[in-house]
Amino acid sequence: MATAAGWFDTARDGEDLVIAIGGRWTLEAAKSLDASLQRLLPAGARSARFDLAPLEELDTAGAWLIERTRLAFDAAGVPVTISGVHPEHAQLLDRVAEAGPPPPPMVRARKVPGVDFVAGVGEGAVAALRQGRDLLGFFGLVILTALGVIARPGRIRMVSAVSHLERVGLNAMPIVGLISFLVGVVLAYQGVDQLRQFGAEVFTVNLVGIAVLREMGILLTAIVVAGRSGSAFTAQIGTMKVNEEVDALRTLGLDPVEVLVLPRILALMIALPLLAFFADIMALLGGGLMLVVLIDATFPQMMQQMQDAVALSHLWVGLSKAPVFAFLIAMVGCFEGLRVSGSAESVGRLTTQSVVESIFLVIVVDAIFSILFSYMGV
Amino acid sequence: MTEPERDRRAPAISIRGLRTQFGRQVIHDGLDLDVRLGEVLGVVGGSGTGKSVLLRTIIGLNRPRAGTIKVLGQEQARMSAAQWRRLQVRWGVLFQNGALFSSMTVAQNVQLSLKEHTALPQRLMNELAALKIELVGLPADAAGKYPAELSGGMRKRAGLARALALDPEILFLDEPTSGLDPIGAAAFDELIRSLQQSLGLTVFMVTHDLDSLRAICDRIAVLVEKRIRIGTMEQLLQDDHPWIHEYFHGPRARAALGA
Repeated sequence: MATAAGWFDTARDGEDLVIAIGGRWTLEAAKSLDASLQRLLPAGARSARFDLAPLEELDTAGAWLIERTRLAFDAAGVPVTISGVHPEHAQLLDRVAEAGPPPPPMVRARKVPGVDFVAGVGEGAVAALRQGRDLLGFFGLVILTALGVIARPGRIRMVSAVSHLERVGLNAMPIVGLISFLVGVVLAYQGVDQLRQFGAEVFTVNLVGIAVLREMGILLTAIVVAGRSGSAFTAQIGTMKVNEEVDALRTLGLDPVEVLVLPRILALMIALPLLAFFADIMALLGGGLMLVVLIDATFPQMMQQMQDAVALSHLWVGLSKAPVFAFLIAMVGCFEGLRVSGSAESVGRLTTQSVVESIFLVIVVDAIFSILFSYMGV
Repeated sequence: MTEPERDRRAPAISIRGLRTQFGRQVIHDGLDLDVRLGEVLGVVGGSGTGKSVLLRTIIGLNRPRAGTIKVLGQEQARMSAAQWRRLQVRWGVLFQNGALFSSMTVAQNVQLSLKEHTALPQRLMNELAALKIELVGLPADAAGKYPAELSGGMRKRAGLARALALDPEILFLDEPTSGLDPIGAAAFDELIRSLQQSLGLTVFMVTHDLDSLRAICDRIAVLVEKRIRIGTMEQLLQDDHPWIHEYFHGPRARAALGA
């Protein structure tokens, strides 16, 4: 279509201002028309007339610009008549006039920098405390539900638990194994490097053995699992929440904590100790391999040194933490999932929060364990 | 505009020999359809006959196995990416549940395509978004709300406002009245009709709602046996295909059509 872009012309007719409007008043023309129309003032005129006869094409953007100009003239005390409207444009103009002036944009509360910061800190602190209280409440709910299920073991959802066990345990083995192996390599390398200065390279075995068995193996596994499975729990339950599946469970007389939360916690509490043991083995393997390369020891020599230096209790110390960490990760994951409300965006936000929170809790609890074990002398 | 005059112009949508399938399941086979400019076409069919698939295929979300689809005179398969983008601006789509972006307010949802495709000043975009929100009959305070804070009916209206943001020539609606109460559904029908008339839209509407069909559709396309049978309500009432007969003469139809 070879039609002109939107234009308008102003002319004087006595005390009347006549504005001819023509061409294509559509979205493409809106930008330039908008700018020039805002400069258009009915200065000195008694009344104004918009002549729409030359108008070729009109859409809502164009109709709005005409209507807006009319409103501005009205506000300036200049009544406007509109003439020469094509029949196909009349309905659109009427509808836009009917919709009327849009409300003024929402006024945002004025921000005072210092006050805002203080208010933000306060809000954050209150939110964190409230979150802690809710999590504690959820902990109680999970324990109570678990006791109820233990009293009637027929209600344990074995199929669900086993399926989760495969996903969080078996499927996590490659990544957990690889990371642990590499950390073992790194530890051994750094240990040999430092201890060589004292001619004590051989004690790297002690270093790697104790560090891996007591702390590194379990901590790394817990962090990987929090990122991998804790987030998955939140996303799964959160999506179910958005789809109203959780509400559907409730109306069917099923307890979401029993159906969704307990099998996940059970699965992770079984899987994490096994994964942690696997991680220990892989890290020792990596460290041992590195040592064989670096200090010309044979593998049997290494095993001997290991047996002399590292007591079995270190392994138990490390593994005893695994079920606790597993419980924390699974509980936080499910808790955040159940807090999802309404939209897909909240699933994403709470998934992130669940991972951060569970890693934080794992490390805090690990510190508490360290203090506890040192008091107990193990 | 008189009937014959309207017919001579190129159709808004023209489909020839369309075949779509998922795996080995054939949805459409040799489907032909013409949608005239400026008409409201209702598409009906039993569950699973591929009404929504047809809509998604026309707007390019599904690739057909065979056949040609021309929208506004341009053939889908032969377009460059840039041409395709220019064509996409000329239609608006209302998905079944609104498909509003949940991280944005209603006003931001409506403004998104304005921001992407035009260089208008922010103030004018605000005004146009507010106008579109008014046009679809939402209260002014809905503009600042997030989709999660709206009811189902309001979400559909907001979706419609977003579909209309760029003043499209064709409007695709996927079950616009499903999930609305009868009063809300009738109001929505009325809204679509009046917008269609004042904006001169072509409307392609997938629906199950016999009341909408009677109230606002110029013609009705029925999906049976992987193809389309098209006609006015009166013509289809005479059709003796068993499904069509059941559809237009069943107890619900009798109640709705007062036949």
